[in-house]
Amino acid sequence: MYVAVKGGENAILNSHELLATARRGDAGIPEITPLQIREQLRLAVARVMSEGSLYDEDLAALALKQAAGDQIEAIFLLRAYRTTLPRFGYSVPVDTSRMALQRRISAAFKDLPGGQVLGPTYDYTQRLLDFSLVEMQPAPIPPLAAEPLPDSMPRVTDLLGHEGLMEAELPAHGDPAPADLSREPLSFPADRATRLQNLARGDEGFLLAMGYSTQRGYANSHPFAGEIRMGDVALEIIPEELGFAVCIGEITLTECQMINQFAGSRTVPPQFTRGYGLAFGEAERKAMAMALVDRSLRASELGEEMKSPAQQQEFVLSHSDNVEASGFVQHLKLPHYVDFQSELELLRKMRAKRAKVGAGETALEETV
Amino acid sequence: MNTIDTPEIPTARQGWLSVLAMAPCEALENALTACAPPSLTWLRQPQTGLFMVRARAGGTGAQFNLGEASVTRCAVQDEDGRIGIGYVRGGNARHAELVAIFDLLLQKDDYRAELLATVITPLTERQQAARLTKSRQAAATRVNFYTMAREQA
Repeated sequence: MYVAVKGGENAILNSHELLATARRGDAGIPEITPLQIREQLRLAVARVMSEGSLYDEDLAALALKQAAGDQIEAIFLLRAYRTTLPRFGYSVPVDTSRMALQRRISAAFKDLPGGQVLGPTYDYTQRLLDFSLVEMQPAPIPPLAAEPLPDSMPRVTDLLGHEGLMEAELPAHGDPAPADLSREPLSFPADRATRLQNLARGDEGFLLAMGYSTQRGYANSHPFAGEIRMGDVALEIIPEELGFAVCIGEITLTECQMINQFAGSRTVPPQFTRGYGLAFGEAERKAMAMALVDRSLRASELGEEMKSPAQQQEFVLSHSDNVEASGFVQHLKLPHYVDFQSELELLRKMRAKRAKVGAGETALEETV
Repeated sequence: MNTIDTPEIPTARQGWLSVLAMAPCEALENALTACAPPSLTWLRQPQTGLFMVRARAGGTGAQFNLGEASVTRCAVQDEDGRIGIGYVRGGNARHAELVAIFDLLLQKDDYRAELLATVITPLTERQQAARLTKSRQAAATRVNFYTMAREQA
């Protein structure tokens, strides 16, 4: 147990100064700006926005600067900041079928309508360190195709859905509003909407490991990356003054539709099942891991045997949040002096008792 | 608010509010200095808050809360009681103010035609051109070798 302590104000203030100095590094080297971070470290920014659960590139970039690049610290800063802002409302659900695509691939279909669009991916780079980046480079000019992409690119899952081979994703009757984890605590069993919100802000490393565990045989669901798409979608809200929806900007999203092994029942013929991943910014690894874990957490709904960690919603959802996890792990650094003192005394008593009993036994042996 | 009840304005307003919200702040600032606005009062000073972004499971299924987005909003009024509103994604208070001012001016008969021609139309064209460029850049990375293989076969 942590017990509050007093004192150390001066040491703490000096530590803040030292932290600022350490953050700045060599003063002879130009200071980095949040704008540079936003523009040139966009994938770091995307992760902070996703797990900080707040889409704001400027604030995420500032948090990364303040945290000296420590992503989980930056995520914590963003989460803390969001609690100071009022909640204006909820957006109209984003429509990813109308995404202005920058990337769209399928590992299941080679000839999908609209084609495979690689976009800005590391997938086909050689992963050799590029020493030309050590020096300043002129800004590259990407090649342009003669024609833009088609306005509408159907989702792969919708194509298969027309044949009935894919389970349909339809809202429940009346399209109910989902529970909101930023308002209500997590409770079990958690419905799919609650699980998806939890996973969307969950730690990428944790979800990656959980998703990986399903691939290695702990609840394997035979996944195919049915479709991954990344691009900009309209953020539409209904201003209280107007009563109709207005697009007030765009946000970049990465979506992953996993196609998984079939399930059927007495009423439904066998069909592919689905796992879904959606993340702020360019976050393909996160979206894929999320889709794997979303699918494994549907085990009980699909009547699958529950035997692996990635299928246990209490295990996964209770440990996915890196702000909570790092808070609880790192609180061990705070003074536990009173607690430790009582443990120490208990241990001394136990040892004294043991020594006394031991001495008694020796005495007994001697008399015999 | 009587102005938004007239038949054609809501859709037009929906359109210009979006174009203004996605416009560069400096472009709106320059346009404002060029148009001599009347005196206005702020009904709601710019305030930054959050909208929870909703999405759907599988893209088409049950709604879920994806995460929040910062939004700045404000409202302005003229002497006739007409109200202009500004909503922008992010934390730029001045941008929200400029959206609200232009929203109000665009509802006024003596400003609308000129502002649609000199501000909204060029901004819309610039935004469409930017989208087109981005789409053509993405299209240049479209994989074509499947088609080539079929032609050889």
